[in-house]
Amino acid sequence: MTTITDPPKQQFRLSMLIYDTRYRSATIQVVALIAFMLLAAWLIDNTARNMMLLGKTINFGFFGEPASYDINQRLLDYTSRDTHLRAALIGLLNTLVVAILGCATATAVGVLVGVLRLSHNWLIARLMTIYVEMFRNVPVLLWIVFIMAIMIETLPAPSAFRGDNATASMLLGDTVALTNRGIYIPEALFSRSLGDIHFFGASSLRFDVSLDLIAFLIVLGAGLWASHRIKRRADRMQEETGNRPTTWYLRVGVVLVPVVILLVALGFHLGYPELKGFNFSGGTHLRNSLIALWLALSLYTAAFIAEIVRAGILAISNGQTEAAAALGLRPGRVMRLVILPQALRVIVPPLISQYLNLTKNSSLAIAVGYMDITGTLGGITMNQTGKELECVLLLMLIYLIISLSISGVMNWYNESVKLKER
Amino acid sequence: MSKQLAYVRTEMLPQQTPPVTSVGMLGWLRGNLFSGWLNTGLTLISLVAIIMVLSAVVPWVLSPTWQATSLTECRGILHELGRDGHFSGACWGVIRDRWVQLFFGFYPADLYWRPILAFLLLAVALAPILFSDKVPAKLLWFSAAFPLLFPWLLWGGAFWGPLLILAGLVLAYLVFLQVSRASSTLPGLIAAVIFAAAWFLWGMGLITGAINYGLGSARMEGTRAALELRVDGLETREAEIDQAIASAQDAVREVMSGEAEAVASGDGAYRALIARAAAPRDRLNTLQSEKALLDEALFSAQSLLGRIEVLKGQEEALPRLKQEAEAARAALPRTVRKIDTDIGLEALKQRILSGEAKVPAEDMAQLDRVLGLETNLRSVILAIDRTYADVAMIGLRPVTSRDFGGMMLSITIGVVAIACSLPLGILLALGRRSDMMIVKYLCVGFIEFIRGVPLITLLFVASTLLNIFMPPDTKFDIILRVLIMVTLFASAYMAEVIRGGLAALPKGQYEGADSLGLNYWQAQRLVIMPQALKISIPGIVSTFIGVFKDTTLVSIIGLLDPLGLSNSIRADANWNGIVWELYGFIALIFFLFCFGMSRYSMYLERKLQTGHR
Amino acid sequence: MSELTTDRQIDRSKMTVSDEIAVEIINMNKWYGTFHVLRDINLTVNSGERIVIAGPSGSGKSTLIRCINRLEEHQSGKIIVDGTELSSDLKNIDKIRSDVGMCFQHFNLFPHLTILENCTLAPIWVRKTPRKEAIDTAMHFLEKVRIPDQANKYPGQLSGGQQQRVAIARSLCMRPRIMLFDEPTSALDPEMIKEVLDTMIELAEEGMTMLCVTHEMGFARQVANRVIFMDQGQIVEQNEPEEFFNNPKSERTKLFLSQILGH
Repeated sequence: MTTITDPPKQQFRLSMLIYDTRYRSATIQVVALIAFMLLAAWLIDNTARNMMLLGKTINFGFFGEPASYDINQRLLDYTSRDTHLRAALIGLLNTLVVAILGCATATAVGVLVGVLRLSHNWLIARLMTIYVEMFRNVPVLLWIVFIMAIMIETLPAPSAFRGDNATASMLLGDTVALTNRGIYIPEALFSRSLGDIHFFGASSLRFDVSLDLIAFLIVLGAGLWASHRIKRRADRMQEETGNRPTTWYLRVGVVLVPVVILLVALGFHLGYPELKGFNFSGGTHLRNSLIALWLALSLYTAAFIAEIVRAGILAISNGQTEAAAALGLRPGRVMRLVILPQALRVIVPPLISQYLNLTKNSSLAIAVGYMDITGTLGGITMNQTGKELECVLLLMLIYLIISLSISGVMNWYNESVKLKER
Repeated sequence: MSKQLAYVRTEMLPQQTPPVTSVGMLGWLRGNLFSGWLNTGLTLISLVAIIMVLSAVVPWVLSPTWQATSLTECRGILHELGRDGHFSGACWGVIRDRWVQLFFGFYPADLYWRPILAFLLLAVALAPILFSDKVPAKLLWFSAAFPLLFPWLLWGGAFWGPLLILAGLVLAYLVFLQVSRASSTLPGLIAAVIFAAAWFLWGMGLITGAINYGLGSARMEGTRAALELRVDGLETREAEIDQAIASAQDAVREVMSGEAEAVASGDGAYRALIARAAAPRDRLNTLQSEKALLDEALFSAQSLLGRIEVLKGQEEALPRLKQEAEAARAALPRTVRKIDTDIGLEALKQRILSGEAKVPAEDMAQLDRVLGLETNLRSVILAIDRTYADVAMIGLRPVTSRDFGGMMLSITIGVVAIACSLPLGILLALGRRSDMMIVKYLCVGFIEFIRGVPLITLLFVASTLLNIFMPPDTKFDIILRVLIMVTLFASAYMAEVIRGGLAALPKGQYEGADSLGLNYWQAQRLVIMPQALKISIPGIVSTFIGVFKDTTLVSIIGLLDPLGLSNSIRADANWNGIVWELYGFIALIFFLFCFGMSRYSMYLERKLQTGHR
Repeated sequence: MSELTTDRQIDRSKMTVSDEIAVEIINMNKWYGTFHVLRDINLTVNSGERIVIAGPSGSGKSTLIRCINRLEEHQSGKIIVDGTELSSDLKNIDKIRSDVGMCFQHFNLFPHLTILENCTLAPIWVRKTPRKEAIDTAMHFLEKVRIPDQANKYPGQLSGGQQQRVAIARSLCMRPRIMLFDEPTSALDPEMIKEVLDTMIELAEEGMTMLCVTHEMGFARQVANRVIFMDQGQIVEQNEPEEFFNNPKSERTKLFLSQILGH
C-alpha cells in the first residue's frame, strides 16, 4: 500500500489508517462495508442451508400453477382455475383500487374537516376536533375490523328484503341495497355498446378494455381541454383589458353537453340490483370487506390530513392575510391568490406521505378477507405453495416500487415549489 | 389649519365596559355560534346531530346488563325492560367477563402482580426522562437498570440471567476502555463488540450451564423432598376445591332453576334473578380458575419429580448412548456417509425420489437408524440439562410467550420496540447525515426500504422467514422475533424524526463544538444530540404512538393482543354477535393511552418553546 | 437615536394641506374582549397631512391605524374615510382598502410571488387593470423606490430595507390617496432605516396624505405637520412638531420624550 501521492517525507504507517484524517474515513467505511458484507453473507448462508434442510429451492415456477382459490371482488375476470400470477395481478389491482378510492375520500373528508376545525363556529370546531382525536388515537386495524363487524352484525340479510312483510327496504328509490353481504349499487349499462378490446389473448395477464369507457374518456378529455382553452382566453382578456369575462357556464357546458350526448348515443342506462331468490343480482356488488377497508382507511387517514391542512393554513402568518386584505383583495381571492399557493407547499409533502401510509395500510385488508396483493400473494398463495421466501420478498418488492414511485412524485414536487431564499 | 390642531388631554379616561353584544355570554354566543346566517345554520345542524347521537348513545350505554354472562341473558334483561332490537342497549356483561383477559391474555392469574409491578416500575423509570424538571435526576440510574429488570419480571427465570447480561455489558465497557486507552476509540469499539458477541453467544451459556449443574447437584435431594411434600399438599387442596366447586355449581343451578318462571313473569324478575346469580357465579369462577392453577402447579411439580427420579438412570446411560451413536455413524456405508444434517436428509430423500441419487434401501435404513440414535442422544442431554436447570432455578417462575396477551402484550411490544429503536434510530440518522458515502448509502437504503414496505410484510418475515435467516436449529421465540422486526420498523421512522431534529440545528452549533476541540462523538453527545433530541421529542412521541397503535397488527400473525382476543371472544358461544361493547372498550383503552401521549407531547412542545425564548 | 433622519434638503413646495377631509374619526371605541384598547378617539385628518403617531408600546397606535382600513373592527363611534363611513358592508370595505395603502412592520410580502408579481397582484385583481399596464405602473414605482433591477427576484432574496421599499411600491401601485405606515422601520438595521425613510420623505414631498406610527423622531420633526401622542388607548396630546418636541404640555408626553430622546 505504498502511496506515490504522499509527500516524500511522510512515510505511511499503519496507525495513520486510524489517526490521519485522510485515511480515517476510508478505514471506517471499509470496516463498515466488510461488516455489512459479512452480515449479508451470514444471512444468505443460513438461508441456503435452511432451505436445503427443508428440501426447498428458490424458484418462481409456482406462478404458472393453478391458484384454485376464489377472489370475489375483482376488476378483471378470474376463476379459480387461473394461475397464481393472475391471482397476484388481481390482488395488485385490488390494492390500487382501494388505495385510490381511499386517497380520494380521505382528501375530501380531511380537507373539509381541517378547514372546519379552523371555523369561527365554536361548536363545529369542537366537533371536528373530536372527530380528529377519535380517529387518530385508535389503531386503524381496530377501525377496519370494527366497521366490518358492524356491517355484518347490524345490516339486514338479503332475505329481510323479501316478501310482503319485509323488514328492510332499499334506499334511494329502490336503487341501493345495504345488506350484511355488502352493498349493491346500480351499474352503468349501454344498450348500444361499442364492445370490448381484448389484450394478451388468454394469458395470465389478459385484460379487456371497454370501448364505451374509452369513448367516454376521450369526450371528457376533449371537453376539459376546451374548458381549459376558454379559461386561457379569459386569462388573456384579463391581461389585455383588465376585465375578466364570466365564463363558468361556458366551461361547465363544454364539458357536460358532449358527455351527455355521447351517453345518450350509447344508450346509457343504469342496471339496478334486484332481489332474486336468496340474494340480490344485477348492479355492482361492493363486498363488506371493500367497504370496511375503504371507509376505515379514509376516515383514519382523513384525521391526519385534517391536521396537515390545518397546520398548513396556520403556517401562513396572519400578516399575509392582512397585507392582502389591505391591498383590497376579497377574502375568496386572498385565499386563492395568496394563502393557498403558500399553504399548498406546506401541505402537499405530508399529504403525499399520508397517501403512502394509506397505501401501505391497505395491506391490512387481510384482516377482513379483502383480496388485495397481501391477501393473494402474501396470504393464500403463500400458504398453498409454501413458498414463503419468494412470496414475502416479492410482496415487499411490489410495495417498495409503489412507495418509491409515490415518494418520487413528492420529491419532484418539493423541488419544483421550493421558495427562493437569499 | 392649526385652529384645532394643538390638543392636550387634561384628564385620562377610565376603562369602560364594552357594549353587551360583544362580551360575556351573549357576546360569546354571538361571536362563536350565531355570527351570520351560515354560522347559525351550521350551529343548528350540529346541535341537532349532537342531540340525535346522544339520545341514541346515552340510553344504550346506560343499560343494566353488567351481571349477565351471555348475550342471551343481556337480551333477556333488555327484553324485560321493553327494549328490543339491535340498538336497545349495550351488553356490558362481556366486559365484566373478559376484561382481565383483555389486559393480561393467558398470563397465569397468580402472577398478575409481575406485569403490574413491571409496568408500575416502568412508569417510575420513565418519570425522570419524561418530566426531567420535576423528578430528581438520580432516578435515571434506575431507568438505566430497568431494561434488564423489565423482561425478567415479565418472562421470569433465574435471577442470575439479568445479572449475567449486566456483567457482559460492564465487561464489554471495560474492554472498550482498556483498548481505547491503549490505541484509540475505533479499535476499542470493535474489540468491545467482538467481546460482547462472544459473551452473549457462548460465554453466558457456559456460565449458566455451570451454575445450573453446581447448584442443581447441591439442591437435588432437598428439592425432591420439598416437591413430595408439595404434591401431597396440592392434592389435598384440590380435593377441597372440587367439593367447593360442586357446591357452587349447585348454588348456581338452584338460582337459575327459576329462570323460566322469571322470564314468564317479567316485571324485573329476570333481572333480579341474574343479579342473584352473580355472586354464586363469581364464586364458581374464582374456584374454577384456582383449580386450573392448582392443576398446573401439580402437573409441573409431578413432572419435575418424575424427571428427578429418572435423572440418575439418564446420567448413567449417557456414555453408552454416546458410544452407540458414534459407533453406528462410523459404520455407515459410503453411499450415505456424507449425508448428515448439514447436507440435509430431506434434500437427499428428494434426490432419491427424483432418481438423481441411487441409494440402496438397506443403506437408507441404516442412515435412519443413526439419525434416530443421534436424535435420542440429543434429547437425553437436553432432558438432563433441563432437569438440572429446573432444580437449580432460584428466581421467578418462567412464563412462556404463548401465554402473553392483551394490552400487556401491546404495551410490552410498544415499549421494548421504542426503547431499542431510539439508539438505533440515532445511529441511522447520524449515518444518513454522514460524509462517508458507503455508510450513508447503507443507512439510506435501510431506512427507505423499511419505510417503503408495510409493517405487515415485516411481521410476515418475523413469523415465516426469520427462522430461515438464522443458523439451522436456532428456534427463537415468536415474541422476540416480532420485537426484532417492530424495532427495526420503528428505528427507520425514528431515524427520520431525529434527522429532522439534526437538520433544524444551526450550522454554528457544529462549528462551535469543533472549535472547542471536541471529537465527533463528544460533539454529538455533549452538544448536538441534547439539542436535536429536544427538538425531536414531539416527533419521537408521535412515532411512539404510531408504533403502539401498530402493535395491533400482531393479531394478524396469530398473537393474542386485544384484537386477537376479541376474535376468540366473538367466537365464544356465549358472546357470539357482540360488536360495539367489545371493540368500543378496546378502542377506549387505546384512545386513553394514545391521547394521553399526544397531550404529553403538546405539553412538552409548550415547555420547550418557552424554554427557547 | 440621531435627531436627523436625512441630510438632504426637503422640498416642501407640494406639502400643502387642503381643507378637504381625508379621514374623520368620531368618538370611536374599541375593545379586545373586555380590554378597552381605544377610548373615545376623535381625529380629523385633512388631505395632504403628514401625521406621526407616537407613544409607548401597547398604547393603541397600531390598532388605531389598523381600524382606518378595517383590519380591525371598532365597536362604537364612526370612522369616515374619503366620505365613506366604515361599516360591515363589503362594498365599502373594498372601496376603502383600494384607496388606502398600508405598510407593515414585517413587510408581509408574498414569498411565493416575485417582486413584480407582488406589485401587480392587486391592480390586476382589484383594479381590473390590464396586465401590461399593471406591469408598467409597477416598474414605475419600483424605479421610484430605486429597485427596478430586482423585479424578477423573490422577496426572500432581498434585504430587509429593499423588502420594505417593495412593500411601499406595492401599496403605491394601487394609487392610494392615503398611506398608513405601521412601524415601517422597527424591524430594520440602521443603514436600511435611512433608505426606507428617504422613500417615505419623497412620498411626502409629493403631497401624499400619510399616517405613520413610528419611533423615528427625526422623521417626525422634519416631515410631519402634526404629531399625536397616545397612551392607554387615548390621544393624550397633539401639536405641531416644533411645539410638541420643544414644549410638551402633558406630563406623560414629557416622560415619554425624555425616555426616547434622553440618551
